[in-house]
Amino acid sequence: MLGYFVRRLIMLLPVFLAMSAIVFLIVHLVPGDPIDHMLQIGASAERRQELAAKFGLDRPLVVQYALWLKAALTGDLGEAIILKQPVVDLILANLPYSLALGLSALLFSTVVGVSVGAAAAYFAGSWFDRVVMAGILMGSMLPSFWLGLLMILIFAVELGLFPVSGARSWDALVLPVLTVGIGGVALIARVTRAAFVEVAQQDFVTLLHAKGLTRRRIFFRHLVRHALMPVVTILGLKVGWILGGAVTVEYVFARPGLGSLLITSLGQRDYPVVQGCLLMLGMGVMLGTLVGDLAQAAMDPRVRDRMS
Amino acid sequence: MAIGTALLSAARTPRGAPAAIVLVGVVFAAIFADRLAPYAYDMQSLMQANLPPSAAHLLGTDEFGRDLFSRILHGARISLGVAVTSIGASVALGLVFGAIAGYAGGWADRLLMAVVDLTWAFPEILIALVLIAILGPGLGSTAVAITVGYMAQFARLARAQIIALKGETYIEATVGLGAGHAHILLRHLVPNALTPVLVAGMLATGDAIVLEATLGYFGLGAQPPLPSWGAMMSAGVGQMFLAPWVIVFPGLAIAITVVAINLYGDALIDALQIRNRLREG
Repeated sequence: MLGYFVRRLIMLLPVFLAMSAIVFLIVHLVPGDPIDHMLQIGASAERRQELAAKFGLDRPLVVQYALWLKAALTGDLGEAIILKQPVVDLILANLPYSLALGLSALLFSTVVGVSVGAAAAYFAGSWFDRVVMAGILMGSMLPSFWLGLLMILIFAVELGLFPVSGARSWDALVLPVLTVGIGGVALIARVTRAAFVEVAQQDFVTLLHAKGLTRRRIFFRHLVRHALMPVVTILGLKVGWILGGAVTVEYVFARPGLGSLLITSLGQRDYPVVQGCLLMLGMGVMLGTLVGDLAQAAMDPRVRDRMS
Repeated sequence: MAIGTALLSAARTPRGAPAAIVLVGVVFAAIFADRLAPYAYDMQSLMQANLPPSAAHLLGTDEFGRDLFSRILHGARISLGVAVTSIGASVALGLVFGAIAGYAGGWADRLLMAVVDLTWAFPEILIALVLIAILGPGLGSTAVAITVGYMAQFARLARAQIIALKGETYIEATVGLGAGHAHILLRHLVPNALTPVLVAGMLATGDAIVLEATLGYFGLGAQPPLPSWGAMMSAGVGQMFLAPWVIVFPGLAIAITVVAINLYGDALIDALQIRNRLREG
């Protein structure tokens, strides 16, 4: 298992380097010289050179990247242009909100998705199966920001059940989690249902029926174990997408968080903040995928062996 | 089944028929928006701001008194136009990358797929935000973001099709007859790999409409006064409690279109019997 972990880490290294290089390059690919953004109008040529030297902009791009990455990994992501604070402080202030939303949404998606999927499989072909599965599937196709806005209109404004926006109390988390979660619930419920239906057709299940076991006992004792494997696989593959859903939803609910920070900074062209947020979110997706892979490998030895 | 016949037979299924009608309607609205719309999309009338739906304004008006129904019709043109063009470009690029990687194999395959897989590893919205950071907000950047964000999917699918087809006997026979690489690839492999990639492209158009709307809502896509469905909601959110129709109707337009695309696409997959081929890649 440790060997598998190390191999996965090594495989992630090139992805991380490429991802961070692209994030680094943003500043250099934006039209115009990065120094022009920092200089005041009418600044002298000496001041330009001074700034270029200060930020290392007179050195080769590869060296600049190495220095930037080294600084980033030691917790120095530069200074925000508009907010005039170290980017790391901004990220650290926003990170807990994103984590709370992302992890709650992941938990919600998994618990509700598995329950609904299993129930739909148990009652396969019934009206419950058809209506519920079609309903959540349709919900998952819609733009999540629009679902969020509708929930604000219905549950916060009309019914007054939850706060409209912000993150001052725990119940401010309910509507954002529902909004992020619908996509995850649809995905997991579909996979769970398909897995249960498939396992139910295998020979050992027929044997269990022949032995005279009750349908309920077969379902809960025998099917569950086999059917949850594909769910862990899809969770591992898509955990980044569920966490990524938080990026859009935070902004809709005016919640603090990395997504809100990123979108606001993009609008203001505050590039150090944009880079810092993208780097963190990219690493978050990679970390999520890694944890998902490890969970899968821990449950299924075949996955571990395939890698060696 | 030929794709033309399949398009028709998918439109005759219980799922496909209503979806096909909706899609024809949306495309019709997009093409003839300026003739169908009762008002110009940018005609302001501050005396009539934030009016609820009525006979004069079927879906109400926004904060500048612009007719929402007219704006949604024009929005169909922008949202659908951007999604279809960008996904078209994405499918074309994906086909080129995937076909070359799958046919050449070896280091060319590994190199191309390493580049492709880099975008595969991250959610489309993150890739889109990176590209918008580089290119700046706007409709053009949105199109590029969609093209790049979805390309990996088509490249992987095309590559898997080409690899599967490469081993077929008729390809070996063509090689034996002395056909060149270009001939084999363009005359035999790509045409046979095309159907699943095109259907995947159609389904992705629904996702692209949602991504375009999301970026528009963030104020990073279409800029005012252009009425893309997402951008309209971005402007309307300030008056959301006063005039909720500005949020509800454009979103409903997206919802109806996207659900129709998915239902029709699903019927098409069944008609063509390519569900298994779509899972590859």
